Amino acid sequence: MARVRAVASRDAPPRAAEVDRAKPPWSLPLPLTPREGIAPGVDLDDLARRGRLLVIHSVAHSGAGHIGGPLSAMDLLVALFFRVLRVRPDETDWPERDRFILSKGHSAIGLYVVMALRGYFPVEELATFDSGDSRLQGHPDMTRLPGLEASTGSLGQGLAVGLGIALGARMRGLGFHTFVMLGDGETQEGMIWESVMVAAKYGLGNLTAIVDCNGLQQYGWSLPPGEGGRGDRRDPLAGTRLGDALEAFGWRVLEIDGHDSEAIVAACEDARGAAPGRQPTAILATTVKGRGVSFTEGRFEWHARVATPDEVAAARLELGLTDEAGS
Amino acid sequence: MTRPMRDVWAETLMDLAVDNVDLLVLDGDLATSTRADRFATAHPDRFLQMGIAEQNMVGVAAGLATLGFVPWLSSFAVFFTHRAVDQVRMLVAQTHANVKIGAAYSGLLTGFTGKTHQDVEDLAIMRAMPGMTVIAPGDATECAAAVRWATEAAGPVYLRLAREAGPDVFDETYRFEPARVLRVRDGSDVLIVSTGLQTARCLEAATILASNGISAGVMHVPCLKPVDAGAIADAARDVPLVVTAEEHTILGGLGGLVAEILSERAPRRLVRIGIADTWGESAPNAFLLDRHGLSPERVAERVARETSRTQPIGADGRIDRTATVEEIG
Repeated sequence: MARVRAVASRDAPPRAAEVDRAKPPWSLPLPLTPREGIAPGVDLDDLARRGRLLVIHSVAHSGAGHIGGPLSAMDLLVALFFRVLRVRPDETDWPERDRFILSKGHSAIGLYVVMALRGYFPVEELATFDSGDSRLQGHPDMTRLPGLEASTGSLGQGLAVGLGIALGARMRGLGFHTFVMLGDGETQEGMIWESVMVAAKYGLGNLTAIVDCNGLQQYGWSLPPGEGGRGDRRDPLAGTRLGDALEAFGWRVLEIDGHDSEAIVAACEDARGAAPGRQPTAILATTVKGRGVSFTEGRFEWHARVATPDEVAAARLELGLTDEAGS
Repeated sequence: MTRPMRDVWAETLMDLAVDNVDLLVLDGDLATSTRADRFATAHPDRFLQMGIAEQNMVGVAAGLATLGFVPWLSSFAVFFTHRAVDQVRMLVAQTHANVKIGAAYSGLLTGFTGKTHQDVEDLAIMRAMPGMTVIAPGDATECAAAVRWATEAAGPVYLRLAREAGPDVFDETYRFEPARVLRVRDGSDVLIVSTGLQTARCLEAATILASNGISAGVMHVPCLKPVDAGAIADAARDVPLVVTAEEHTILGGLGGLVAEILSERAPRRLVRIGIADTWGESAPNAFLLDRHGLSPERVAERVARETSRTQPIGADGRIDRTATVEEIG
């Protein structure tokens, strides 16, 4: 199958057989989670480490995919699905469920990994990522995978769908909350600002945007001026003070460390609690692209790269998941 | 002369919304042009003003549709099929969202707005999207019937609305059916295939042709997708010449559709009348129709000219020779 990589690896992509010999951790024991609601007992940091390894493995197995964005967003996704979102993985059309939309759709594998860990589908299905007839498409496809609230991929569009859901929820008298994850680079899309304005106009306190501010997009830039580089490549444009801009448009803005699980949970609950105030909330989560593995952190080339078998093994060692069970 | 489609569109929705509590209208700050303002007055709690932000409006509609609402969108055709085409494609067509696009001010006759606002490529663009139903009503009666059908049908619909009023083609017994094509006049020398308000002009052209001894049949195609290709091919087999006429570029719209059908199923000489790979301009309607060969008189002239250059069907049902490009000039 012909594949196009956004950033080509200098290494030849590993053949599937080689990756299989590296013992893909499809059989990681799943944490016990309640049918719906939050799972207070789980170790979020441990789950995030497993999630990162599954991302690297799944991309290596398929021979294509993104790494940097899924790893920067992993702590956010784990905290959301295990401690914030009121969902029923075995009843994906439950009307009262919280809605989550991954607007930065190219981080799909990160979302799939966390959905699998949460019990939406078997972890083994991650081995089908990107293959023909798979429910796990390169970008999230709501027509294929139950549990996805929107199809995304062309950047800038997920917030509008979340806005429509939040508006419709209010019209229907439904009390759930809608969370939309954006990339900081994604906020360069003009459509984001259309949605930002209209969400404020309708006073949608039940809508929260979480911005994965990893400061490094495919070609390089997105950090604000004056901020220290978290990446190895910068092509500075006039930076935007994103928080100021969102506040000016009428949004509440919270700024957190996007790798601090407790801070993520607290910010999301703060947003949920503020819903009656009729002001949408933006959580600006500072993250590191490629977080969790030394050779992917802050490296623009890992935006979309396939790990070699040696790199997979090195990542596994660094993440402390070396035995067969991956724990 | 009947009532403008935009009036009929808005009033039909007002009527449907009385019983259909899920019906919403989202407007991109053009309600006073599209007549959605009348809906807003009648059902203020069901009218959502999205501002001058069409891309967001399409996404909001897709989100509302996931909760069981039936959102109708109000803006000009050009802003759906050009400015927000990515959103229509990914959020509506690819997800088969139950979103209805009320594409006002389509075609050439858009009230002196000029080429920026004249959407003469919309049918080509929307027809290329899998799962999209594409409708171009021929008169007010058909428009109302199409609005009723689209509101009940599941899935995305693009409804091409004309700004101007046209003559009545159908009576009150008309019922819209997707894919159906309608033989609105019989004729043996040439088959004119048309869509939208152009069908009424083609019927007038057929009357002119009849007075000149040319028997022209007229087929109306209100639904470009899905479409009954077999019916178009069958009708083409009875005549030596097929002419398409549309308020749209001759590339990829009705002319393109008929060319695809004929070349695969029933090869016949085909002439496409429409915007000949150029842009429009702001001008009176009569000027624009004349300039692009779409007035009844210009259609009749062109059909007569092309008929004289086309060999009749032989006794064995075959055409011995068709005019070459050089002969047509």
